Amino acid sequence: MPEWEPVIGLEIHVQLKTRTKMFCRCENVWGESENTRTCPVCLAHPGTLPVANKRAIEWTVRLGVALGCEIAPHALFHRKNYFYPDLPKGYQISQYDIPLCAGGRFVVPGPDGDREIGIVRAHLEEDAAKTIHVGGAGGRIAGAEYSLVDFNRGGTPLVEIVCEPDVRSAEEARRFLQLLRQTVVELGISDAEMEKGSLRCDANVSVRQAGEKGFRTKTELKNMNSFKFVADGIEAEVRRQIEIYEAGGEVEQETLHFDPASGTIAPLRSKEEAHDYRYFPEPDLVPVEPSVEMIAAAIDEIGELPAARIRRLEDELGFDLAEGLVTSGRDGLYERVPGDRRAVANVLMNQLAATGIDVEAVNGSELGKLIAERERIPRGAFTEALERSGDVGFSADDYLGETAISDASELDPVIDKVLAENEEQVATFKAGKEGVLGYLVGQVMKETGGKADARVVNERLREKLAS
Amino acid sequence: MIDTLRLTAEDAAGLLSSGEISGDELAAAYVEAIGERDSELHAYLHVVAETSDGVPIALKDNITTRGVPTTAGSRILEGYVPVFDSTVASRVKDAGLPLIGKTNLDEFAMGSSTENSAYGPSKNPWDPERVPGGSSGGTAAAVAGGLAPWGLGSDTGGSIKQPASLCGLVGLRPTYGTVSRYGIVAFASSLDQVGPITKTVRDCARLYATIAGRDPCDSTTVELSEPVQIPEAEDLKGIRIGIPKELNEAEGIEPGVAESVSKAIALAESLGAEVGECQLPRSVDYGLACYYLVAPAEASSNLARYDGVRYGFRAAGDGDLTALYSRTRWEGFGAEPRRRILIGTYALSAGYYDAFYGQAQKVRTVIAQEHAAAFEDFDLLLSPTSPTVAFRVGERAENPLAMYLSDLLTIPANMAGLPGLSIPCGLSEGLPVGLQILGPQFSENLMFRAGHALETALAFDFVPERLRA
Repeated sequence: MPEWEPVIGLEIHVQLKTRTKMFCRCENVWGESENTRTCPVCLAHPGTLPVANKRAIEWTVRLGVALGCEIAPHALFHRKNYFYPDLPKGYQISQYDIPLCAGGRFVVPGPDGDREIGIVRAHLEEDAAKTIHVGGAGGRIAGAEYSLVDFNRGGTPLVEIVCEPDVRSAEEARRFLQLLRQTVVELGISDAEMEKGSLRCDANVSVRQAGEKGFRTKTELKNMNSFKFVADGIEAEVRRQIEIYEAGGEVEQETLHFDPASGTIAPLRSKEEAHDYRYFPEPDLVPVEPSVEMIAAAIDEIGELPAARIRRLEDELGFDLAEGLVTSGRDGLYERVPGDRRAVANVLMNQLAATGIDVEAVNGSELGKLIAERERIPRGAFTEALERSGDVGFSADDYLGETAISDASELDPVIDKVLAENEEQVATFKAGKEGVLGYLVGQVMKETGGKADARVVNERLREKLAS
Repeated sequence: MIDTLRLTAEDAAGLLSSGEISGDELAAAYVEAIGERDSELHAYLHVVAETSDGVPIALKDNITTRGVPTTAGSRILEGYVPVFDSTVASRVKDAGLPLIGKTNLDEFAMGSSTENSAYGPSKNPWDPERVPGGSSGGTAAAVAGGLAPWGLGSDTGGSIKQPASLCGLVGLRPTYGTVSRYGIVAFASSLDQVGPITKTVRDCARLYATIAGRDPCDSTTVELSEPVQIPEAEDLKGIRIGIPKELNEAEGIEPGVAESVSKAIALAESLGAEVGECQLPRSVDYGLACYYLVAPAEASSNLARYDGVRYGFRAAGDGDLTALYSRTRWEGFGAEPRRRILIGTYALSAGYYDAFYGQAQKVRTVIAQEHAAAFEDFDLLLSPTSPTVAFRVGERAENPLAMYLSDLLTIPANMAGLPGLSIPCGLSEGLPVGLQILGPQFSENLMFRAGHALETALAFDFVPERLRA
């Protein structure tokens, strides 16, 4: 059986968090009551004209520079014409043949070296309004009784990033997307939250046999609103296509919807509508000409990019921890916390992450003290301390007074009880699978209400199991 | 007794400032004139009759006015009352000019006679059996008929210059980008421009000064490079005037029109101008065809917003979204907008864009270059504004191509973004003939100077003969 290679091209929409909308002065906010952030311009009243948001242009240039793109000296806005109630003008102002940013590349570090994803373009456009279809199946327009439109989102600035079909697996897609998200967040231009829709991802998916040149028919997967769903959706679609080919069939070009609940893929529209968007240069706007100063400022504003930081931390932490810290935005805190590097990284990625506190507020040296003593104090106290570690005036000393039970005579009866109750795990351990030790430690901790000294429990367990 | 037929805006301002008449009296005089003659002329779609101590003004009904219906002459905007003022309306308001009313126009400014208005045609005050021109025919009929001292129109292919010509008035199509389009119901964005229709060149310059200048709400506007000068000179010394052969010898120019224009050219020479011939062959050959690709293409996009969802007319009946759109647009738009939406949609379609819209944009560059070359040798160009005097109501209504030819001489300069002034230069068959004065971009002051000198020497009486006391 030949080996199949997935070919994945991602298209990402990033909603910019400018104060006002792209072409009018309405406030650009999320979650307000319907149709309260509108004006004659974004409702397309007769005679109204767009005025481009300068900040949105600056931010798109900043993103373009971070993606290694060429910045067009003379970019154009175009009209993309189609009828839909979420598009009050009957056209979307977007960019067509001369986008602001083109021809970049984005380096994605992986466990087996860097992957380079080509960036075709990054262009600026306005978002459509939000439609809500009532009474139909699954919120679709087909069969709906009526539809409502919320124009608050209409006209908010959106950057579309189109990538080359360089991604080769669902996992790589997830990795790319998480790194891109972190990059966008650090550039300060977007919240990039998938669940809020301020970061959206579509994937063009095809497969081919290893060594095959050229591309086969691709399908477009739309509306995947989490990193996991992007990976799961691509995975499922790749599988579907391979099955079709192996059964001797042909993949049809269509737009698909991935249902994360069932893990199934269904066509988004029964028949692909042949859209002719009749693009032409927007006569109401003048060309966008980013100045040399604007581009220089963009370069200045970009710090060390996440990809570079992953590579830097990888040496001391290994790839997974390094990637995890950077893409979760915790590596800044990591750098501020003294102590054993792996121990600090593990606490940050596990116990501290579980608390959900704002990492920016944490005092690094106090947290370092706490982590250094974490095995000496009761687990409950440690968890509580972590939860308070972002509070003003937090002091590790307040939690270091409590001592964990480290007296073997006190711990041994509990350990014996746990061993007696878990014969199966004991046998597994003795068969050489030492990974089960963590489970047994956990049981002892549970019995002691989290007060046992984990290091001593470990030692005693090993001694007893070895005898 | 105020003679609204003869009163210029400048006269009216003088009477107001000297206290000889009050703003109320002045406004009342226009309301009375409207009562007397508008049932015949149908210049107005809505009469507002505001009063203040300024000179009242009429605005074409595609100029958005807050709280006052703005229909653009279309059924699809029936009942639409804007919640904001266009920039020109607010500048006029800031200058203290009260609004008399909103004037009739061809639907969405598409036409040359006002016969395409969904609310019925306006009539020419010189002869009510004839059209006032268009699309700003309502404003022209109001000013010529003494129903307004001055007014604003809009010009895409000739919609200010041509009705001014047909009604014996002064009309300025300003340089593209000098007057804000914010709040002007869009027809063809790269061509639309608002400008004055007045009885004298001095009134025209005054009104232009009121509305012109950069507007932060319209990215395509610029600040004027020099302040507007109200013209006083009565000679044309030192001005080089070119007579473009193709604009003066085009097929279809009536002999009476050619004769009046020739006399005006001779007069210009006697006032000290240096006159010479020049050529604009490709501009005249291709201007009209090029215009009828660019303007409908932009219109097809600009008119997409009229979908019955948010404001204006919505067709009755059940059905899905497509049915709502198609019924609303079929019933709401008249024949001319429909025709242009179809042409424009086609011109922008995949596979046709390069041959039509793309090619037209290239031709547009050629037209601009040809004009620029002419302005290396000449300061201004002269020609007839319209090939004919006012035609009869109904004469061209059934033949769109004949109607399109009304703008043959105004379109080329418009395609190049250039300003143009039309002034009356005589009568042919008892009807006014317009002289078109073209200049380079931002040459309004020079055009006003030349227009004023010629106007003074020509001594044309702008009061329609049949209405003279």
